[in-house]
Amino acid sequence: MSKEPASMTWRKKDDIASRPWKGRKREYDLFKELTVGVVVVGLLVIGFAATFGSPDEPSITLKAWAVAAPADFVTTATAELGGTSATATYGAPYNSTAGAGQSIGPISLSGLSGVQIPINTSVDLVTGPLSLQANPPSELAQWNSASADQQAAWVTAYSDALTAAYPPDTIAAETTFDTTKVATGDYGPVPALTTGLLTMAQAGALDGAIQNEGGFFNLDYTKSILFLGDGTYFVGIANGAHLTGDQWGMMNETGNYPGQSWLWLFSFWYQVPVIGGAANADILVVGIMLVLTVLLALVPFIPGLRTIPRWIPLHKLVWKDYYSKR
Amino acid sequence: MTTTLEPKAGETAAPETEELHTWTGKTRQWLIKVLPSDKLLPEGQPSYVASWIYVFGMGAIASLVYIIISGVILSLNGPAWYHVSALGHFVNSTHLWSVELFFIFMVVHLWGKYWMAAWRGGRVLTWITGVVSFAVSIVAGFTGYLLQTNFDSQWIAFQAKDALNAVGIGAWFNVANLGQIFMWHIVLLPLAVAVIVALHVVLIRVHGVVPPIDAAETDAQLTETAAAHTEGGAR
Amino acid sequence: MLGTLLALPTDITGGTYFGFGNFQIQSGNLIVIVVMLVLFVLALVLPFPGSGRSK
Repeated sequence: MSKEPASMTWRKKDDIASRPWKGRKREYDLFKELTVGVVVVGLLVIGFAATFGSPDEPSITLKAWAVAAPADFVTTATAELGGTSATATYGAPYNSTAGAGQSIGPISLSGLSGVQIPINTSVDLVTGPLSLQANPPSELAQWNSASADQQAAWVTAYSDALTAAYPPDTIAAETTFDTTKVATGDYGPVPALTTGLLTMAQAGALDGAIQNEGGFFNLDYTKSILFLGDGTYFVGIANGAHLTGDQWGMMNETGNYPGQSWLWLFSFWYQVPVIGGAANADILVVGIMLVLTVLLALVPFIPGLRTIPRWIPLHKLVWKDYYSKR
Repeated sequence: MTTTLEPKAGETAAPETEELHTWTGKTRQWLIKVLPSDKLLPEGQPSYVASWIYVFGMGAIASLVYIIISGVILSLNGPAWYHVSALGHFVNSTHLWSVELFFIFMVVHLWGKYWMAAWRGGRVLTWITGVVSFAVSIVAGFTGYLLQTNFDSQWIAFQAKDALNAVGIGAWFNVANLGQIFMWHIVLLPLAVAVIVALHVVLIRVHGVVPPIDAAETDAQLTETAAAHTEGGAR
Repeated sequence: MLGTLLALPTDITGGTYFGFGNFQIQSGNLIVIVVMLVLFVLALVLPFPGSGRSK
């Protein structure tokens, strides 16, 4: 029969969808259905858990890093000491760095919070822990009394020498740190300090020293995680496990375990070069996903989008029994 | 105190005609009008509720039950337990798989509701609460991954900080701060999910399951006055 | 016990990935997505027990 198709609007009108159903009913036991559902799902949960288990790759400690990739550790420690690492130049909320932070046009939200989680990489990650030792290196005094320019000069020179001796591509695989491979030069106390930190880390003393900076009960792991992330060893492991941003990493889990597949669209945008490769990639992707989520919530209000179910009538399958007995 | 009309057995509670003056009384009156007890816990459903697509909402809720149970056991034993105990590892696995099932059922439920245009007839809040519970669940799941206290947590914290810092909230939602994330994951977000899901379910009870697209007054299911399987009465 | 917590990481496996070029999907995630699609299709086409009987 031809009649005007019912609107797909959300509005309550004088139509069948808006009024309570006065037609035929069938018996339906809510609580019994719920019980059956809980039992069935319970069996599925226990079955999957028993069969497949769950992943649990051990954490990477600073000790593990220092032992496995000492050259990478020393290179990173040098950058932290000199304030040239990614963390040291990150900007808000860790430190004030002019020009850091992502923006879309004139809108820059990252600086709004200010420096709420202050991190001074030079002190918090290097000189502070070193000075806690029973016999702190004498070079600490030399470092602390030098001018900022002098410190920068030493660090730059040593970083360059390290990069020449241990190129970044292969540094994470170097299992020993051979100081004789590094060219001689005017590095001041930097080699002694960073090698001293390496020894401290390999002994297992650095992990606790950094965590204790936040007090006895410190549950904030920001400094340790940022320190790890500044090196190539930690990132290399993630890369090998397909977890980095340009590998759809956000939705992946280690091994073959399913991760957060529902983050597929979030991960997708990072694979689009013009978005993922941009300096402000993160704010772009978050912005896109916020807009899309709001649109999803507002589908009932969007003509066209809300009419697609009529144009592609999958509902005829859902209600085939109803339609066949009209 | 104002008196109420006592409903006869089997009948819907008659809406109160007394004029009530207290906030409590007025709220009660409104609640009973909007969701009388036989609408909240009915013995029947419209005849068109006859497809397997309808089980997925229930499946999601059943999965949520197991997420909560396994989550409570994990919390009671502390975050290091599952690394060192075989039982702990098993409970952790049930937590992971109930989460995967939760999202599987929820996504199929979402797809079904979209293709059924389930927002029709004034059901827009049902749709919106559904989308919100989806979004909040995603955040809840994400914070869960941060609590694994293993390599994956370290890496996810390292990656996610950039997205949060980029929009300026990273200072207050510090993914590397285990103590903070714990509060989010085991208290705030589960409460939020539970409240929104409860609201979602109540809204379905209030409005009823959406009728088929293009249902007409001339349809047999509406014109027949043959005895229904349940006691009649206006919903 | 301490050893488990502080163990040096073994090779963290990347798992099996399918795809081409930029598009790579992990086996676990692929299975979950396929299961969602299969369940959706089955829910639409599988016959439902007739009225008068609880599901």
